[in-house]
Amino acid sequence: MSEPFFEYLLRLGDDRLVLGHRLSEWCGHGPTLEEDIALTNIALDLVGEANLVLQRAGQIEGAGRDQDALAYLRTDREYRNALMVELPKGDFGYSIVRQFLFSTYAMHQWEALSACADTDLAGIAAKALKQSRYHVRHSAEWLVRLGGGTDESHGRAEDALNDLWRYTGELFATDAVEQALVKQKLAVDSSSLEAVWRRDVADVVARATLTLPPDGYMQRGGRAGGHTEHLGLMLAEMQVLPRTYPGAKW
Amino acid sequence: MSSESRDNPLPLWEVFLQPPGGAAHEHAGSVHAGDKEMALQAARDVYARRGEAVSIWVVPSEQITASTPEDMGPFFEPGNDKAYRHPQFYKVPPGVRVS
Repeated sequence: MSEPFFEYLLRLGDDRLVLGHRLSEWCGHGPTLEEDIALTNIALDLVGEANLVLQRAGQIEGAGRDQDALAYLRTDREYRNALMVELPKGDFGYSIVRQFLFSTYAMHQWEALSACADTDLAGIAAKALKQSRYHVRHSAEWLVRLGGGTDESHGRAEDALNDLWRYTGELFATDAVEQALVKQKLAVDSSSLEAVWRRDVADVVARATLTLPPDGYMQRGGRAGGHTEHLGLMLAEMQVLPRTYPGAKW
Repeated sequence: MSSESRDNPLPLWEVFLQPPGGAAHEHAGSVHAGDKEMALQAARDVYARRGEAVSIWVVPSEQITASTPEDMGPFFEPGNDKAYRHPQFYKVPPGVRVS
């Protein structure tokens, strides 16, 4: 087991890097020009957050790895993101539902981490909190419109919500790594975020005339490096340039 | 002004940005959006994501009544030869600086 705070920072950074990359796959493919720009903006925000968090992770690790080394030179087994963020982008409804579920979680997480004992992470959190509020607003308003739109948009949003629900449990799972850090005020107890998250999600899902899925079996494994087959394929694309041309500059 | 274009079925909105510093809102461009909240968000994403603004207005394009090129003559040209409509025949009082 590596240093707990390093491990924790990888979880935070990898969630954002992987989701940012998935979202960037909409670039040039958005439903309208305006939404193409909006999704790409959010993708850039997330990659920017990952950049800062992984930079801090590299400093804490103290092994000479910077954020690029951590992003481009780790295998899928070394990634610590939750499974939800690595799933293929799906249709627009699927990407919006996932963004809403994740951003609502991230917003409460950043809010709590603004008081982190590590002042670097506290500073990153305070900065990221503002943009995560916009991510929630953007995805929530879209979800309300998809749910209340046509039969087709309602059905696709409902399918996405039902498919993604089984990946939400992992976001709130806590473990020994996290608990040790919670005592030092370096981490937020993930399980403490679930109640506020559920309140926010239930509110928007109701506005979207959708139904909150029942809690059933929850998929887990990402925090320990056990991923779906999708992450390896995504990383192959994301990492091909630095792996093929080490040290390439442009 | 047409509210729809062929490639995007959503209504068109005109975007006005107030720059930092308190100057008046200025026209920045237009966006397509289904309603006012989404128009505001689209305006933010397209025109104000690099700190260009402290306030945004969006207005349905079809709510704007505009003069036409045919109005040019009757509207604006009669003023061109009436120099006395410009306040340029007054002596500037001493102590007033004219920039």
